[in-house]
Amino acid sequence: MLNFDLCHLTRCGAHVVSGPYSMPASRSRVTEGTVMDTKEKSGKKRVAEEDDDQLSLFKIEKDGFPKKLEKEDNDDDLSDSEESVFSGLEDSGSDSDDDDDDDDDDDDDDDGGVGGDDDDDDDDDDDDDDGTVEETKDADEESLGKDNEEATILKTSTEQPFSEKREAKRQGEKASDGGNAVRKARASRARGTGSGKLEQAPGLGGQSSGAPPQGDEYEQDTSDEEDIRNTVGNIPMEWYQDYPHIGYDLDGKKIYKPIRNKDELDEFLDKMENPDYWRTVHDRMTGTDIRLSDEQVDLVHRLQRGHFGDASFNEYEPYVDFFSSETMIHPVTNRPADKRSFIPSLIEKEKVSKLVHAIKMGWIKPRQPKESGLQLYDLWAKEDPNSILGRHKMHVPAPKSKLPGHEESYNPPPEYLLTEEEKLAWEQQDPEERKLNFLPQKFACLRTVPAFSRFIHERFERCLDLYLCPRQRKMRVNVDPEDLIPKLPKPRDLQPFPTVQSLVYRGHTNLVRCISVSPSGQWLASGSDDCTVRLWEVCTGRCMKTIEVGGAVKSIAWNPNPAICLVALSFNQMVLLLNPGLGDKLVCSTTDQVIASYVEPEEEKEQSVQWLLPEDQDVEKGVRLIINHPKSVRQLTWHSKGDYLASVMPDNSNTQVLIHQITKRRSQNPFRKNKGLVQCVSFHPIRPYFFVATQRYIRIYNLIKQELMKKLSANCKWISSMAIHPAGDNVICGSYDSRLAWFDLDLSTKPYKVLRHHKKALRGVAFHKTYPLFASASDDGSVIVCHGMVYNDLLQNPLIVPVKVLKGHTITQDLGVLDVAFHPSQPWVFSSGADHTVRLFT
Amino acid sequence: MGGLQKKKYESGSATNYVTRNKARKKLQLSLADFRRLCILKGIYPHEPKRKKKVNKGSTAPRTFYLVKDIRFLLHEPIVAKFREYKVFVRKLRKAYGKSEWGGVQRLRENKPVYKLDHIVKERYPTFIDALRDLDDALSMCFLFSTFARTGKCHVQTIQLCRRLSVEWMNYIVMSRSLRKVFLSIKGIYYQAEVLGQTVTWVVPYQFAHNHPTDVDYRVMATFTEFYTTLLGFVNFRLYQTLNLLYPPKVWYGALGLDACYKNNDETQTLHKDLLPSFQEDAEALVVREKEQKEQDSLKNLFEGLKFFLNREVPREPLAFLLRCFGAQVSWEKSLCIGSTYDVNDETITHQVVDRPNVDKKYINRYYIQPQWVFDCVNSRIRLPVEDYFPGVTLPPHLSPFVEHKEGDYVPPEKLRLMSLQRGERPGEDEDGGDDDGEEEEDDDDDMDDEEATDEKNLKLMEKQKSQGKALSVTVTPGKVKQENKMRLEQEEKAEEKRLAIMMMKKKEKYLYDKIVFGKKRKVREANKLAAKRKAHDDACKADKKKKKKKTTGRE
Repeated sequence: MLNFDLCHLTRCGAHVVSGPYSMPASRSRVTEGTVMDTKEKSGKKRVAEEDDDQLSLFKIEKDGFPKKLEKEDNDDDLSDSEESVFSGLEDSGSDSDDDDDDDDDDDDDDDGGVGGDDDDDDDDDDDDDDGTVEETKDADEESLGKDNEEATILKTSTEQPFSEKREAKRQGEKASDGGNAVRKARASRARGTGSGKLEQAPGLGGQSSGAPPQGDEYEQDTSDEEDIRNTVGNIPMEWYQDYPHIGYDLDGKKIYKPIRNKDELDEFLDKMENPDYWRTVHDRMTGTDIRLSDEQVDLVHRLQRGHFGDASFNEYEPYVDFFSSETMIHPVTNRPADKRSFIPSLIEKEKVSKLVHAIKMGWIKPRQPKESGLQLYDLWAKEDPNSILGRHKMHVPAPKSKLPGHEESYNPPPEYLLTEEEKLAWEQQDPEERKLNFLPQKFACLRTVPAFSRFIHERFERCLDLYLCPRQRKMRVNVDPEDLIPKLPKPRDLQPFPTVQSLVYRGHTNLVRCISVSPSGQWLASGSDDCTVRLWEVCTGRCMKTIEVGGAVKSIAWNPNPAICLVALSFNQMVLLLNPGLGDKLVCSTTDQVIASYVEPEEEKEQSVQWLLPEDQDVEKGVRLIINHPKSVRQLTWHSKGDYLASVMPDNSNTQVLIHQITKRRSQNPFRKNKGLVQCVSFHPIRPYFFVATQRYIRIYNLIKQELMKKLSANCKWISSMAIHPAGDNVICGSYDSRLAWFDLDLSTKPYKVLRHHKKALRGVAFHKTYPLFASASDDGSVIVCHGMVYNDLLQNPLIVPVKVLKGHTITQDLGVLDVAFHPSQPWVFSSGADHTVRLFT
Repeated sequence: MGGLQKKKYESGSATNYVTRNKARKKLQLSLADFRRLCILKGIYPHEPKRKKKVNKGSTAPRTFYLVKDIRFLLHEPIVAKFREYKVFVRKLRKAYGKSEWGGVQRLRENKPVYKLDHIVKERYPTFIDALRDLDDALSMCFLFSTFARTGKCHVQTIQLCRRLSVEWMNYIVMSRSLRKVFLSIKGIYYQAEVLGQTVTWVVPYQFAHNHPTDVDYRVMATFTEFYTTLLGFVNFRLYQTLNLLYPPKVWYGALGLDACYKNNDETQTLHKDLLPSFQEDAEALVVREKEQKEQDSLKNLFEGLKFFLNREVPREPLAFLLRCFGAQVSWEKSLCIGSTYDVNDETITHQVVDRPNVDKKYINRYYIQPQWVFDCVNSRIRLPVEDYFPGVTLPPHLSPFVEHKEGDYVPPEKLRLMSLQRGERPGEDEDGGDDDGEEEEDDDDDMDDEEATDEKNLKLMEKQKSQGKALSVTVTPGKVKQENKMRLEQEEKAEEKRLAIMMMKKKEKYLYDKIVFGKKRKVREANKLAAKRKAHDDACKADKKKKKKKTTGRE
């Protein structure tokens, strides 16, 4: 018995070890194999027999030794193994504990409690697949029918023991009174315990499904004899508590309890006295005490420590891989091949036929071999030059790269190499600004030419240009610059005009601000910052008179009336009327008479200016009248009749312009309102119009109607001077921003032409009285004479042609020519400059 | 008043252009894909004439594409391929992430690929169009074919480029259509005339590339992708025109150049060239014939010569060049495959050498530096070999691409070449000419001097005149001043012009000034070059004299 126990335990261990491998049913079989191996190794005496349950059972019966137990043990082995496979050792232990509680008499029973499983297991093993279901069914003791089913499923070889089993069960249920059939009784008992165990752990039922076939399971059942001295079976021994016997022996005679039951005191004494008490176990079945042998104790200890039951078992055997790449001559299982492995699958057949059909119909084509690389052919075989897309109309083809010049050669002519300074300059330039994107170099021979380091860069930049640069079609200006020059009449055809400087009038010691020519053209008056007025003879350049005045002369104007010899000049706040006393004596005297013929009016009017008579010494000088203004006077201008004189006092007030009548010594302010800083004023030569130039506009007033007629906008920043064509329909005005604007009053209020001939500010402009000439004087030291023809035909626009640039004045203190005036009859022009001279160009 | 108010920027040029981002959104492409598409399809931004209007009043710098271009891109099948590729990449990444190697392989097998044939046809409706635009394609292919297999681009691309470029060179050799070559410091420029179109390309010198980091190779690769397709088709067609089999059986390592003729009727093409002369008048015909003759002579420039290339000489360009003009070329057997004869072949007429001296010399052949070949091709005659012997200071190598216009600076070497071409024998007379030139210059200088003195005198006189007081009032008999009529006239004309210029409109004046400035700059540059050359020559002469003196002194 001890042997069996050991054996059982060892197998348990074996199962535990093999547990991880035994999840699927097939696997469990394999592990079984290993178990078998280990068993063989244990070296115990075993007889190889058929794997029939029945046979083993019989053998067990034959052996005299406690057959039942042994059988149970064997069965136990399996059950335990099954359980241990899934639930480990503890489970089996707990089971045994339960059994212990139940069965007081028999200590062997605790193992036997699981034995019931075994039968089932045996059955299951044969039909392993549906085993689980049957297990659970088995668990329900009552359902015999199910057992029947089970039996039918079972193989023929196992049928017989099962029928027996059924009977045994039946008997067990009826408390197995008969008991004559030892085998049956034993079976029933086994059954009973099995059921009990199953009831305790129904959840485990399924686990035992994977039990291996028990072919050689009973090999080790060498001991035929089983302890069946008590035939009560696996029942709770409490039932016999009140009886004097504890069961029946094989002959049906009562087995009597020991005469004297141990009471507590006996127990205690035993405990105290018996040195083997700790290893004594009570067998409730037989009512005897059993003393465990040393081996058994050792086994228990080992198990308690969690060691392997069999001391000689090597846990670390080399692993044998059954499912290796090597083909074994023997199958791992002897399970016959499935039927389905012989019969061709219908589903597959259907699939294949579908594919075949698809191939036949051309739905499935074999995979084309991949075309590798370029497939070239004559792309332009059918080229149609007219098939240009609409898009291509807007197509701007990329410009070709620039072709290299001599300087890019590896061996350029020496003049293309850069000097040191040029090299330095090249290096300091931004790469974008460089004219050459490389440094020209010279190599003695081709061998020494290195790789150009920016080659890839250049190709890359070209790529970028091709796809990132915005393209625009630009009309290439391929014009001859000569064609751009306007075709103008030749100046020679426009003669006469002043061409050369013929006379220089020297004498002033400061810049000459203003000049004026007498209506006869014989005399020239000039006013300067040196507080003098000089009168020159035009033809000889002789200074006839020098008149000192009390301040820098701002403006000077000769009376245009040839019958009167009178010069008006202004300095500070004074305006002097001067009779120079030159030329015809008669004229001079008439002038004096005209001035003297003034009769005081009866009622004196309040005037904004004072009309004063000069003192004697002044009279000697030639001064005839003094008009004292409230403010400094900038400009003076005569009416063409010679009686009216306009003076300009630029200011913020409304009295900027005053018109004086000489004969009546009367002054009036024509404007009530200030319309801006007045720069200069002028009378219309023929009509009663009055031109007032403010900073940006020229206003034309009708003096009779006393209304504004026109407002010309000069398109310039600051008007400096103004002149009116003798016919009166055209006005020119010069401005400080170096422009000369020509207005045609018939055309519009905007300039007909703006001439930017000068480089610097214009100081004065003038029209010739008779010739179609006008001149402009500027700070750049030049006087430009233009031919300005005005036609009587209103449809023809004025013709403006510059004819001469007259240079002569030197620029002093950033001032060039300050004033310009034409000779009244000759095509001569006078200019006064900051270099203290007055010059005549003829 | 009637009608809705017209909104701004809803018609006209504002609707003809679209910004890049808008175009991208319309096409639903990423910027990289959009750019690739633009490269392949040849779409480029346009500069609108009125930028502010197009930009809807803003002056921010933006790139604009034509709306029509973008609409045209919408129907491009390649766009779908791009999208497919995007999906493919996503799937592949997923498969990699899941380590599904089978899936990866399957995906790779079904990788979406696109063809550019239709784009080539579309961009170049005719073959001539394609030839006209071949410059960049060739340069790029030649560059890529020199790349090492370093992973800057696919090895297949490099191999393909190499194949195509060799095929191209092969065609040029077979058709003898090379016209000009130029050894620049950047690389070697070639110019060929293919079916009446001049095609220029540049090949870098044979060195390993130092790959720059600031270059986007993906862009270049995209361009190359298109260019290889284009060049492939062009080559195919060109070989067809020569009745050659394509692809030729050429070993791409060296220029093998043994293409198989299908059937030899070159004469036919020649006749074709001569045929269309019905409408042309006799004069044009004469000119044409002359040109034809010239070209024929150029084509057979090296006919009958046998060259041997030394080891240190760039083999491929020279072999290409010499074969283009009918010479036989060989090189050392150990150097490269394809050598046909050895150094010690007695029939060799020229040996190209690029080292100062040669150990073993054969008496019946010329030893010349490689520049001789290039200069001969450019001048279209066989130049005298004396200047190109090994160890001799080479004459400058001039660019054949420069066309000298009136007023440009022409280097004296060019003049000499031109005289050589005319068949004159330059020598001492040229120096004399130079001297003449100098004399003339001197004369000019004299003239200038005279004028200057005249003016000075005049000024002095004037000053004296104007300073009336300082002038002593003496009357001296006046000299009769010779008036130079021509000069006066010129002055008058100049003044006339000046005055007319004053009357120019502002816009025209600006343009005129610009043109005049450009002209003046040109003149200035030419003068500068001439002056530099003169200084250099003077320095050289002085050096020579010094040396002579030294040598004479020693003697």
